[in-house]
Amino acid sequence: MSNPTHYCAFSLLRRSDAERELALTGDWVVGSEIPSPDVVLGQMGEKSAVDRLVVSARDLGRWDTLLMTFLIDIIDHCRERGIEVDSSGLPEGARGLLTLVYAVPERADARRPAQRSAWLAQVGKAALRAWGDGKVFLAFLGEVMLAFGALFRGRARFRQLDLWLNIQDSGPSALAIVTVISLLVGLILAFVGAVQLALFGAQIYIADLVGLGMLREMGALMTGIIMSGRTGAAFAAQLGTMNVNSEIDALRVMGLAPMEFLVLPRMLALILIMPLLCLYADLMGIVGGGLVTVSFFDVSVVQYLDRTKDAIQLTDFLVGVTKCAVFGVLIAIAGCLRGIQCGRSAAAVGDAATSAVVTSIVYIVVADSVMTLICNQLGI
Amino acid sequence: MERPPTDKPIVTVDNLTMAYGDFVIQRDLNFTINRGDIFIIMGGSGCGKSTLLRHLIGLKQPAKGEVYYDRQSLWQAGGPERERILRRIGVLFQSGALMSSMTLAENIALPLGEFTDLGPAQIRAIISYKLALVGLAGFEDYYPSEISGGMQKRAGLARAMAMDPEILFFDEPSAGLDPVSAKLLDDLILNLRDSLGATVVLVTHELASIFAIGNNAVFLDPETKTMIASGAPRRLLEDSGDPKVVRFLTRGEPDQRVENPQRI
Repeated sequence: MSNPTHYCAFSLLRRSDAERELALTGDWVVGSEIPSPDVVLGQMGEKSAVDRLVVSARDLGRWDTLLMTFLIDIIDHCRERGIEVDSSGLPEGARGLLTLVYAVPERADARRPAQRSAWLAQVGKAALRAWGDGKVFLAFLGEVMLAFGALFRGRARFRQLDLWLNIQDSGPSALAIVTVISLLVGLILAFVGAVQLALFGAQIYIADLVGLGMLREMGALMTGIIMSGRTGAAFAAQLGTMNVNSEIDALRVMGLAPMEFLVLPRMLALILIMPLLCLYADLMGIVGGGLVTVSFFDVSVVQYLDRTKDAIQLTDFLVGVTKCAVFGVLIAIAGCLRGIQCGRSAAAVGDAATSAVVTSIVYIVVADSVMTLICNQLGI
Repeated sequence: MERPPTDKPIVTVDNLTMAYGDFVIQRDLNFTINRGDIFIIMGGSGCGKSTLLRHLIGLKQPAKGEVYYDRQSLWQAGGPERERILRRIGVLFQSGALMSSMTLAENIALPLGEFTDLGPAQIRAIISYKLALVGLAGFEDYYPSEISGGMQKRAGLARAMAMDPEILFFDEPSAGLDPVSAKLLDDLILNLRDSLGATVVLVTHELASIFAIGNNAVFLDPETKTMIASGAPRRLLEDSGDPKVVRFLTRGEPDQRVENPQRI
């Protein structure tokens, strides 16, 4: 506002020893350079004998909220110093607004003090929160177990249609992205390995590298990460919105347990579909690796396929597929847990989706490390 | 229109205290809802009306006290018994709370499909009947997002009535409705009570509804954190000595007490 479009000013006139007049002139609106209230207060002097301030507005033009904030600031300060403010000279509208502002006194406990606690207290709070989260997680896991118990006894209540819709949503609809990512990951694996292997004239072993890498590790891991971003977040957002909209309450009142009705079909869909997606991702990775090997490194298609067939065993398949099934469970747990826990606001739904993705990726990577270690120890 | 309480208790609230953690919302609530009542839970904003409703329909556990359906405690009842109690009630939530991923027909079919052995044709017939009752005939295949807020509310009512409940709970049914739609909904509630013989429990602060259809009520006060009046709303207006109740029932202008409150 270096170039004010409106003119406004005040002058502080002395009426008597104890009385001052604050005369406002010009347009006190957005766009004019409103003087700071401190200047007025400064001119009145810190410890003067003034006990009355009359506001006059004979030459006041247009005014808006900026005039009000200026006046409120002055009135508040004057009250603190015990100076009486006479605002009867103001336009009627402004007087009315001031009356409204001071009609309801500020509630003593309404303003929240800025809370800053010592770092030790913060550590303690964080620990308590983690403990609470852990308990919630265990309780959720327990409820999931009970729901599966009901499922195996044939007493779980959910719509089969929901199961199929979820399967479609997390399976066929995800094929495109899984294709692209797996193909490229196979391609990258092949390139990275090929440069080294070509030094020794051992390009044919690219097939081993890509085959084993995809089957045992990358196929499952990439599928898991894609699905946690795609489906885990969707679960959390769906359930969160249902919570905001009281839909989950409505289910409970109808006697339908959300665990069975909402969580079970989602979880089942992921557990069924993830291994299949993983197989598909493996295949796509091998195709991607093949493309690189055949086009750049002087290996024929038959040689590549033949070598791949020799290099990989059924156990390699099973390791990857099992991992992916576990990832499916973890993604479903993270997504549904965050969704069910979700608060009752739009922001909470966003938080739930974010936290579902973060949680499931952490779960996936940790679980993958543990399973890889176990396989290594067992010599699988 | 008003009828006297029937003296046949259907829901009894005994010494109920509601709290979120350590924060008490209301304490020592004692009242009885009789068969055939249109029972109003009223009070200023933030006094815990909706929370009380959540206690009555089994969504929130009391910090202390009991909610009895006939003589059975809702919160002591085990799985199947509790389910049997819940089967007797239908709830219309403030927003309707229809499943947004399902059509109106699927929403209404939800409890029917899960809890009865009816065939698809019968279920379809019931859906059409319930939708027609709330004035939504022909809207079977619409999704909740495709219809207006008032229609969603009525569809929610159709779903709440799907299992022919004995007791219908409404959470602020006229919130967000224009005066005409609100009046139509009131009429619908009265009509359903009379023809189905159901008991109705309403959370509301709409004075028009309170006087037009309520014949029994409880008034919750946020300051003393307990109920300060109960009985028929019109009697409360006339006899209640409590200035808070009178202020509430006269929109804060006790001197202009309306002669015939029905026309407020």
